[in-house]
Amino acid sequence: MKGLAQSKAVLQKADLLPGAVCAGLFLFSNQKREKRMSALLWIGDDILAEQYLLEMKNVHKRFPGVHALKGVSLELRAGEVHALLGENGAGKSTLIKVLGGIYEKDEGEILIDGKKVEIKNVEQARNAGVSIIHQELVLVPYLSVAENIFLGRELRKKGGFIDRSAMIRETQRALDEFGLKLSPNAMIADLNIAQQQMVEIVKAVSFNARIIVMDEPTSSLSDKEVDALFENVRKLTARKIGIIYISHRMSELQEVADRVTVMRDGEYIATKEVAVTGNDELVALMVGRQLDNYYTRTFNDCKEPLLEVKNLSTAKIHDVSFTLRKGEILGFAGLVGAGRSETMQAVFGLDKVISGSVKLNGRELAGKNAESILASGISLVPEDRKNEGIFPGMTISFNMTLKVLKEFIRGIRVNNSKEKEIVEKYFQDLSVKAPGTETLIGSLSGGNQQKVVIGSWLASRPRVLILDEPTRGIDVGSKSEIYAIMNELAKNGVSIIMVSSELPEILNMSDRIIIMRGGSISGVLDRSEATQEKIMQHAVNI
Amino acid sequence: MDNKIIASTKSYFKRNAGILIGLVALCVIISLRSDRFLTQDNIMNVLRQISSNMYLACAMTMILIAGGIDLSVGSIVAITGVTAGTLLNAGVPIPLMLLICIALGAVYGTITGLIITTTTLPPFIVTYSMMQILRGATYVYTGGTTVRVDNRSFINLGTGYAFGFLPLPVIYLLIVFVIVFIVLNKTTLGRHIYAVGGNEKAARFSGISVMKTRMFVYIFSGIMGSLAGLVLCARSYSGNPLAGDGAEMDAIAACVLGGASMAGGYGFVGGTLIGALIIGLLNNGLNLMRIDSYWQIILKGIVILVAVYVDYVKNLKKNKSN
Repeated sequence: MKGLAQSKAVLQKADLLPGAVCAGLFLFSNQKREKRMSALLWIGDDILAEQYLLEMKNVHKRFPGVHALKGVSLELRAGEVHALLGENGAGKSTLIKVLGGIYEKDEGEILIDGKKVEIKNVEQARNAGVSIIHQELVLVPYLSVAENIFLGRELRKKGGFIDRSAMIRETQRALDEFGLKLSPNAMIADLNIAQQQMVEIVKAVSFNARIIVMDEPTSSLSDKEVDALFENVRKLTARKIGIIYISHRMSELQEVADRVTVMRDGEYIATKEVAVTGNDELVALMVGRQLDNYYTRTFNDCKEPLLEVKNLSTAKIHDVSFTLRKGEILGFAGLVGAGRSETMQAVFGLDKVISGSVKLNGRELAGKNAESILASGISLVPEDRKNEGIFPGMTISFNMTLKVLKEFIRGIRVNNSKEKEIVEKYFQDLSVKAPGTETLIGSLSGGNQQKVVIGSWLASRPRVLILDEPTRGIDVGSKSEIYAIMNELAKNGVSIIMVSSELPEILNMSDRIIIMRGGSISGVLDRSEATQEKIMQHAVNI
Repeated sequence: MDNKIIASTKSYFKRNAGILIGLVALCVIISLRSDRFLTQDNIMNVLRQISSNMYLACAMTMILIAGGIDLSVGSIVAITGVTAGTLLNAGVPIPLMLLICIALGAVYGTITGLIITTTTLPPFIVTYSMMQILRGATYVYTGGTTVRVDNRSFINLGTGYAFGFLPLPVIYLLIVFVIVFIVLNKTTLGRHIYAVGGNEKAARFSGISVMKTRMFVYIFSGIMGSLAGLVLCARSYSGNPLAGDGAEMDAIAACVLGGASMAGGYGFVGGTLIGALIIGLLNNGLNLMRIDSYWQIILKGIVILVAVYVDYVKNLKKNKSN
């Protein structure tokens, strides 16, 4: 059964490969045409000064209590991939929302092809040729690819009925153009994230978009899917479409971006050519200081076992055994779907344990519910922040104190000052950037949300802290802060399990590393012997 | 301490500004059209009338916040009334009868809650089915006829007064209101209710027992259904299988008028009180103004629609400025 699922996944990825080949061919032929066209233009217009496709000049945006954009400027050339870099809360999303008509700017101007445009709503943005591909994709899940692409502007036959065959034909043509092996009739819900993203891109192009914004497009893609995405990005630039590209992965910039604009605290910092700019320089620009000690880790000598998991099996994992020592950081590496998160959920009592034992200080926990396991001193910071971590409609303080209500609510007596004390402590300790503790958590940036989530678990003063992908989708500054917090906790005797797909993080932070594959443990490495290669060998079946 | 009270009063008025203005406007209009409206008799009458709705609406507020809905309460009102009448006529002493009825209410709530938490079927469907089953059972048992009650001391529990002027049902209402207010605002359970409705998965990861929380709100709702049934039975001298028809909708309307979100995670019992008052005043005022009873239904629908819309627009503006 497992094998079947795996081979299916491989097949799905392989789908994209022929696409990449077609992409190459297409790119080649298209580039030629573009060259010819621009040559013609050149003759026709002798003194063509550099004309930007998009200029955003001195844009200001104020929210109650926050000056989110303080005179930001951005220039985008046609056919350019322009990366937008900055820590969480630097104002990237706000800038993009201003461009996309979701927010209205307070000051400044937007020029497209040198002409001033007014963008006050999404409709106007679309008419101006701006299309945004959001991090959370916004396709209708139970409609087909074709229906999604033509949503709201369905082709009609005489008499007003929908011309399904024309829509499918058009969609097929657009999909072929991008070398996508997708059926126009496929339902969106049946596609994986990468495929959905491609549909979004096709949709944007079908709207004649000339400026496409991609907000962290690679955050949930596999390496192969990322390659395919980049191929398609190049196809877009070949059509003289300008792309604004937001990502936290520095390594991608070298590969895909031409120029990069850095923002910090709502301000414009600099625009650089990617080819001649080092990552260190960009990081320094982003955080406004040199990040010398990105990973903070003082290793301790840990001997005393605290958590002992023996032969643990659930529906998803098989015969997992490991020991966590006091004050240790234990890294869990492996491919996505190797059973790491499932192991943690079993330990935390969220999945039904079939057999095996989980002992904390010799006390049996297997079979207990999450409530009592939490009370016994184990905390689990879940992987999927948005769906499993936060209560978006509630305030920071509600989110922060939910696990420690017992500390300030006795029966019907609420000790407000104690509650405030807890909230303030972790709000300050984790330097959450927000107007106040009564701000809705849903309005914060990802990194700040994560800090609140971690704070809420720290408040319960766990002896064992399980962090599942603690730095996913978080900027470098916040990452570094989170590493420092982990180190501090370990120093104070808290034992940490860190599940992570980022090998540098695993290698730099862990005392020992456990590698999982297909629901079982496939290797254990000590800090002294661990290398990327060794981890990968255990993680994939060679 | 005083500052805190002032602050929370302020935020109460701010949050409910729209609907409070509506309430006042309604009062002004009715009092201009009818001399009888502002008499003590009539005001007590209104309070007594809304109390049954309020028992249900208080419980419904918690259910909506927890991300559920309970359509079965109207049928619980009917079956409780019939049960109460039958037990009294069979000579069961009042305290024991009350206990049995309340316990049965808890049982109905437990069944609903268990089905919802174990099957994860949508609460709308589960409680709709319960509504049909209980209503049907009431008809089957009574054959569609009412069960007459002539036990004076029981009837007094619904028609009597405290301190000579305050109807007893209003006293019960105050008690229920205070309990729900305290649970929602002062207890861990209350926060768990908001958490479960706000993000069920995150609540699970936070070590909150989603099942226990859900069970509590449905059981409480069953008990409130029974309370409403008992009071109605006492006030009307009979257990009527038709009683409480549509009561669940009035309760939901009161909650939504009071700002509760049907999507869960948001709501206030203080708002629900105003919502129930508006619905009660509408019924009373339209009667006093001698408006045809069929027209009353239409007007009620329109007023609720407008009120909720005004509130919705207000929230939309608030969210935009955030």
